[in-house]
Amino acid sequence: MKTYDIVIVGGGPAGLAAAVAAKEAGNDSILILERDHELGGILNQCIHNGFGLHTFKEELTGPEYAYRFIKQVLDLGIEYKLNTMVMDIAEDKTVTAMNREDGMFQIPAKAVILAMGCRERPRGALNIPGYRPAGIFSAGTAQRLVNIEGYMPGREVVILGSGDIGLIMARRMTLEGAKVKVVAELMPYSGGLKRNIVQCLDDYGIPLKLSHTVVDIEGKEHVTAVTIAEVGPDRKPIPGTEERYTCDTLLLSCGLIPENELSRAAGVSMSPITSGPVVNESLETNIPGVFACGNVLHVHDLVDYVSEEAKRAGQNAVKYINDGCKKAENDNVIELVATEGARYTVPSTINVDRMDDLLTVRFRVGDVYKDSFVSVYFDDERVMHNKKRIIAPGEMEQIILKKTQLTEKAGLKKITVKIEKE
Amino acid sequence: METRELTCIGCPMGCMLTVTMDKGEVIEVKGNTCPKGDIYARKEVVNPTRIVTSTVKITGGDKERVSCKTESDIPKAKIFEVMKDIDAAVVAAPAQIGDVLIENVAGTGVNVIATRNVAKA
Amino acid sequence: MYDVIVIGAGVSGCAVARQLSRYDVNVCVLEKCEDVCEGTSKANSAIVHAGFDADEGSLMAKLNVKGNAMMDDLAKDLDIPFKRNGSMVVCIHKEELDGLKTLYERGVKNGVPGLKILTREEALEMEPNLSDNVEGALFAPTGGIICPFELTIAMAENANVNGVEFRFNTRVEDIKKGEDGLWHLRTNNGEYTAKYVVNAAGVYADKIHNMVSEDKMHIIERRGDYCLLDKEVGGYVSHTIFPQPTKYGKGVLVTPTVHGNLLIGPTAIDIENKEGTATTAQGLNEVQAKASENVKNLPMRNVITSFAGLRAHLERHEFVIEEVKDAPCFIDVAGIESPGLSASPAIGEMVADMLKDKMGLKEKENFISTRKGITRTEGLSIEEMNELIKKNPAYGTIVCRCESITEGEILDAIHRPLGARSLDGVKRRTRAGMGRCQAGFCSPRTMEILNRELGLTYEEITKSGGKSNIVIERTKGEVSGS
Repeated sequence: MKTYDIVIVGGGPAGLAAAVAAKEAGNDSILILERDHELGGILNQCIHNGFGLHTFKEELTGPEYAYRFIKQVLDLGIEYKLNTMVMDIAEDKTVTAMNREDGMFQIPAKAVILAMGCRERPRGALNIPGYRPAGIFSAGTAQRLVNIEGYMPGREVVILGSGDIGLIMARRMTLEGAKVKVVAELMPYSGGLKRNIVQCLDDYGIPLKLSHTVVDIEGKEHVTAVTIAEVGPDRKPIPGTEERYTCDTLLLSCGLIPENELSRAAGVSMSPITSGPVVNESLETNIPGVFACGNVLHVHDLVDYVSEEAKRAGQNAVKYINDGCKKAENDNVIELVATEGARYTVPSTINVDRMDDLLTVRFRVGDVYKDSFVSVYFDDERVMHNKKRIIAPGEMEQIILKKTQLTEKAGLKKITVKIEKE
Repeated sequence: METRELTCIGCPMGCMLTVTMDKGEVIEVKGNTCPKGDIYARKEVVNPTRIVTSTVKITGGDKERVSCKTESDIPKAKIFEVMKDIDAAVVAAPAQIGDVLIENVAGTGVNVIATRNVAKA
Repeated sequence: MYDVIVIGAGVSGCAVARQLSRYDVNVCVLEKCEDVCEGTSKANSAIVHAGFDADEGSLMAKLNVKGNAMMDDLAKDLDIPFKRNGSMVVCIHKEELDGLKTLYERGVKNGVPGLKILTREEALEMEPNLSDNVEGALFAPTGGIICPFELTIAMAENANVNGVEFRFNTRVEDIKKGEDGLWHLRTNNGEYTAKYVVNAAGVYADKIHNMVSEDKMHIIERRGDYCLLDKEVGGYVSHTIFPQPTKYGKGVLVTPTVHGNLLIGPTAIDIENKEGTATTAQGLNEVQAKASENVKNLPMRNVITSFAGLRAHLERHEFVIEEVKDAPCFIDVAGIESPGLSASPAIGEMVADMLKDKMGLKEKENFISTRKGITRTEGLSIEEMNELIKKNPAYGTIVCRCESITEGEILDAIHRPLGARSLDGVKRRTRAGMGRCQAGFCSPRTMEILNRELGLTYEEITKSGGKSNIVIERTKGEVSGS
């Protein structure tokens, strides 16, 4: 088997953008490993529009957005293998993968970019009581069946969870002739974009019931009905509020989980908040030369940010190799802390010497905040205080740090991000 | 005089907009916290439009469906007429992104185009 | 006409069928579902009990201890995973320590080998995640864990290879003794006749029994809810942890499974509904609360699925394995609740022996006693994998990413005797879809394989037979197959 400098695990939006950036940064020894039969990842089944406004200044569908990057990968002659599953990543960055043609093979890489994306939270993890019949799908599985395979899971649909995939599928199922009866959301707010609530639900008269959850699933062989109930502030169902909907399909859009089994097995340190790797300013994990980007790192709201982040991971991987594959110096490292409303930051640490002139720090909040401030403290000194009319858990927030800011403040140990009322 | 209630899609705020209209003319937009809401409301009540995305049957390809979209916005009221044409259409592989799959869908003057490549089987 | 018809392809029916297949006898198994192992056998604790629970001298005690002892050879012959991980009954109240002694003594009388009462310290040393309240424990080294699907499927396959016929989707609706002296079984798939009938119908055993006997039987469906946790926490305990038993049974246990998950449950709720396998919020909460009494800080956020099974409980809490008094040549295998799975090899042997004596059966010369399971790729070296892929490239394609199941394994599951025809059929044979994403990723891919290999249209593919279709039609109003 040929050897490569950089092995990229996953050929979705993150992997593609990382590959292009690495190639453009001057590395010619890159291999993308993709488990599906085509590049593009989940974007291929996201046939709705709304992608790429930031990156391309136009509104694209998922497959179109993916193809912009696929084309670059093809034009740049970047190598990739399809239908190839990565089985293991060793701490020494030996990647073990497998497919029909090559069998099981190992590539000793100098740098590995984790770009495996995320998966949906299944019904089992939600502990919904009732039967376990056919007709229950995670929204993304239904999306694949409808959009790629061209099959309808059912005619009468209830959706639990108002994440964007759930909202998008409410519209898709409706347009394909199904009746979507209700979308229930456990939280008092939707995690989906306002635009999707209006254009996927309101346009078609589909009710959205906030603070509601599924409390029973009927049907031994196939779903025949679903009961939803209102939940209290403790998110427990309130007796007496049950409403029964006859239906043949229950779609679940209840959160995404970064797919980090390989990372964990490789010894990559994980954040319990994001379920993704803990990374430094270079998007490098605790294993030198192993980088992470996209939804495997933290679940993004817009693919544009995935591409941007992945680009940095690709560039940094090349930099790491060009610098002789050395472990980053540990002095002059600033810790980033998310607190008081901010749930996490990516990255978690900054090595000022290695940071770019501008560094985007992304984070999410744990609740809806109106007329509040995103504040940044350098140790105890508040250096940023940006008023926002609204900050919601469904959208990623960002702050931009300047290298000069950080170098000016000698001895800076800790940067804190928080949400303040005033 | 009539009023219409809308949710602004400009940002996560989701301002509840109240639009006052008279004989199809917008008199006033209330409830918005920023100018985005005003612009959105005026367009949405007078001429709401949407991009429709779906799939079209394709024969002789390595896939059985090719994803598609209306090349530009179509009137919101015509969504289901557009879908009817999309459902009835059959195209032959190959298809390239941007290929016109249906011309002048549902008399809107807008074409339906492919949003992915489908190779011949 | 058959010599013997076995009603029910659960673990008992398949054990009987396999044992009978040693003899020169014409056997058919009728199963109302589309596959073996669809009822009680598929949703239980997956435990091979040591045998200290059942009352001394009971059939339950006898067959449990015997079945347990038979399991090593059976697992080897049938190529299925079985592990003697040992079980512990944990006492968390000082005043109940005597209960452990009672169990110990009963176990000794039942013939359970190696029992030992552990001090608090000994118990905690063996299982550091036990509750801080643990006062002592009974340790049974012969307790084990097994995959109930594989056990049942393997026995069925082996029986089939040795000539036993299986009729699926065949529900027995009535049974009459004909003037010809034969049993006539009316089913949704026509009439079947046999000289002997074995009633191994699980929770339906009373219904079947009552078709032929005036001495009515009543089975109570005792539901048990379970939660299954991710392999990530499969090692949270290494032994099977029981509370002290009550009159409702052995209580909520915490155990590793033979495939490395963590399983907790069951509840014991009497429901009088033979299809009532719906979990309830109350039941699932109870599972967690009771399991937490014996094992601390259970990682409940790692739950990947929950399910419920039904125990076929008889008031007298005893296996009924006998010829029905007023229905000669009709043998009940009823009331097979826990420890039915553990006892199943012994149950099969007992029933076969009964029939052998009654019918004067002769052993076959060409009985095939072993069965080769599906070739598993898990844990194979690179060289071994490449050997396999060279022979069959399908082993190079991973279909289920969570459990690392290859297309080769799925093809094997489909094309072997009594092969899989549904998503659950594939799942129970290969584990594809049994992992943390619960088939979200692999189900479209498995459907593609079922479509190609069995010629089923997508609309015909089911989760588990019957009306459990995954999709209903093509988009765009297209008629499938056109």
